[in-house]
Amino acid sequence: MSKGTLFDKVWDLHTVGTLPSGQTQLFIGLHLIHEVTSPQAFAMLRDRGLKVMFPERTVATVDHIIPTENQARPFVDDLAEEMMQALEQNTQTNGITFYNIGSGNQGIVHVIAPEQGLTQPGMTIACGDSHTSTHGAFGAIAFGIGTSQVRDVLASQTLALSKLKVRKVEVNGKLVPGVYAKDVILHIIRKLGVTGGVGYAYEFAGTTFEQMSMEERMTVCNMAIEGGARCGYVNPDQVTFDYLKGRDAAPKGAEWDKAVTWWQSIRSNADAEYDDVVIFDAAEIAPTITWGITPGQGIAVNESIPTPEALSENDRELAAEAYQYMDLAPGTPIQGTKIDVCFIGSCTNGRMSDLREAAKVAKGRHVAEGIKAFVVPGSERVKQEAEAEGLDKIFEAAGFEWREAGCSMCLAMNPDKLQGRQISASSSNRNFKGRQGSASGRTLLMSPAMVAAAAITGTVTDVRTLL
Amino acid sequence: MSQVKTVVGRGVPLVGNDIDTDRIIPARFLRCVTFDGLGAQVFADDRTQMQGQHPFDQPQYQGATLLVVNRNFGCGSSREHAPQAIAKWGIQALVGESFAEIFFGNCVAMGVPCVTAAPADVQVLQEWLAANPQSTATLDLEQKQVQFGESSIPISMGEGARNMFLSGTWDACGQLVAQAEQIQQTAGRLPYLSWSRAS
Ligand code: SF4
Repeated sequence: MSKGTLFDKVWDLHTVGTLPSGQTQLFIGLHLIHEVTSPQAFAMLRDRGLKVMFPERTVATVDHIIPTENQARPFVDDLAEEMMQALEQNTQTNGITFYNIGSGNQGIVHVIAPEQGLTQPGMTIACGDSHTSTHGAFGAIAFGIGTSQVRDVLASQTLALSKLKVRKVEVNGKLVPGVYAKDVILHIIRKLGVTGGVGYAYEFAGTTFEQMSMEERMTVCNMAIEGGARCGYVNPDQVTFDYLKGRDAAPKGAEWDKAVTWWQSIRSNADAEYDDVVIFDAAEIAPTITWGITPGQGIAVNESIPTPEALSENDRELAAEAYQYMDLAPGTPIQGTKIDVCFIGSCTNGRMSDLREAAKVAKGRHVAEGIKAFVVPGSERVKQEAEAEGLDKIFEAAGFEWREAGCSMCLAMNPDKLQGRQISASSSNRNFKGRQGSASGRTLLMSPAMVAAAAITGTVTDVRTLL
Repeated sequence: MSQVKTVVGRGVPLVGNDIDTDRIIPARFLRCVTFDGLGAQVFADDRTQMQGQHPFDQPQYQGATLLVVNRNFGCGSSREHAPQAIAKWGIQALVGESFAEIFFGNCVAMGVPCVTAAPADVQVLQEWLAANPQSTATLDLEQKQVQFGESSIPISMGEGARNMFLSGTWDACGQLVAQAEQIQQTAGRLPYLSWSRAS
């Protein structure tokens, strides 16, 4: 049993009581909703004659279904339009703040809440989306929930949950140039496996995370769920406070000082007890890329696709399925694999620092012939800021398309989709079969800079050769 | 509220590890405001690819209520559309080597128990179902076992969740709402509720 960690402190503070089942009733400080997983929850609420208990603790945006080219209403896709209208109506009827398209605040739910200062240390945060773990970057306990649980939070601002164990995932040292936060988390998932984190919250600790910016920490926490951990977090520090200061929903004046004192106090104690500890060395992490059909099937960019003999017996069956689906042969180098589509965006890597790193690679170069490459900012604010810096011009001059904010081809619920067996270099977080809109489409996950490098050369390329 | 102590019915084996929610219900079917039509779309892409050979299409498994799977079933997205689609197809309980956490939680909230068993036992059960698709098996949450033919395998489930099914308290919503006073008290001691608010 963990003791004295941030997770323990935040959990205890938010505990309402123990339910007859033995589970904890946990108060949720911030509830984020979007168009895909909320309409059925509002319907369930209506069916039971319940009201939203704390409407001011829920914030809505629209991200998954929105087109990134023509956003004129009504949407071309009737079903998308219907979902949009349901969200508009549900938020209006229930007095919930909704950041709609054109508000200047719309974007991927896990991008907008941090950038507006809604996400803060010490909070419990829930959202009907598994990548809610992103918000843990601030030292919040944040996790994804299903629709029935969205209903529970709307109705009671609480959830019935069993406490997680806490694993400290420590990475120490400096990352070499060309290695990014994305590579760190892909490396961790590769080593601990996609189920390694089931039942755990991951505390990301060590000098590597301490040196990371908030955006980098968000990339890491975002993918905790891909390692099976429902939430991941970093203890709040000066980097966190500097990021938050002055943001719309951040405390101001005297309250700011009180807040910082409190945030300091919820950090894991130096003598905290963990259920498990694992340690990695940053110097050993190379640009990492997935070759298969789960985020755990990753290798360094200069490695070859593992042969069955090189894998543990447990992993061979899935590897066999992956060789076939991906049409990649064991033993061949991943570098040089031909790419069709390049996607930069998503809640993993659709923020300013991601676009800046990709733009550095794209600048003064051109997308290889026959490659479709596009950049989708994570939010309206990211888009605006990127344009103010001229990143859009760099990308467009290099042959990338520059789009409106949304989830886009991360899960392809909107018109952005792979076609047939196309293979994509993607900065997103999932490479499952069919994830990017074609039942036979293929995805290689990598950092945004690596995606830009792939776009320029038309093949999987070690970005370090282009820096 | 209804207690869930046993699920009796024919079973369908679905062999494979890491079957994720994108495969259970591809994203294009999430463009909906109700769960109603999802039963027909469950495993849509896998079923198309297997041209009638997917267990959910094979005639001998139609009407099955028990789904028997392998490791890390339901990983990936939090979409409740996935267990909803499985349930709308007719499944009332799942037996597997392991389940992804959010998927498991969604199933609890829907009143669909997911129980785990040792890999070798799961395989035995899958093979038996394939050989005896017309026979019924009994998932017994009280006795913590699945009985089939002359045999049985032990199963496990976290005590919290198991109690919720046995006592009929798996639908937490009413219990949560009933604690309104304690909820307000908890809210009252959170330092941040007053200062952080969407503008
Ligand atoms: S960007 Fe992708 S992972 Fe993130 S919220 Fe949108 S669909 Fe989910």
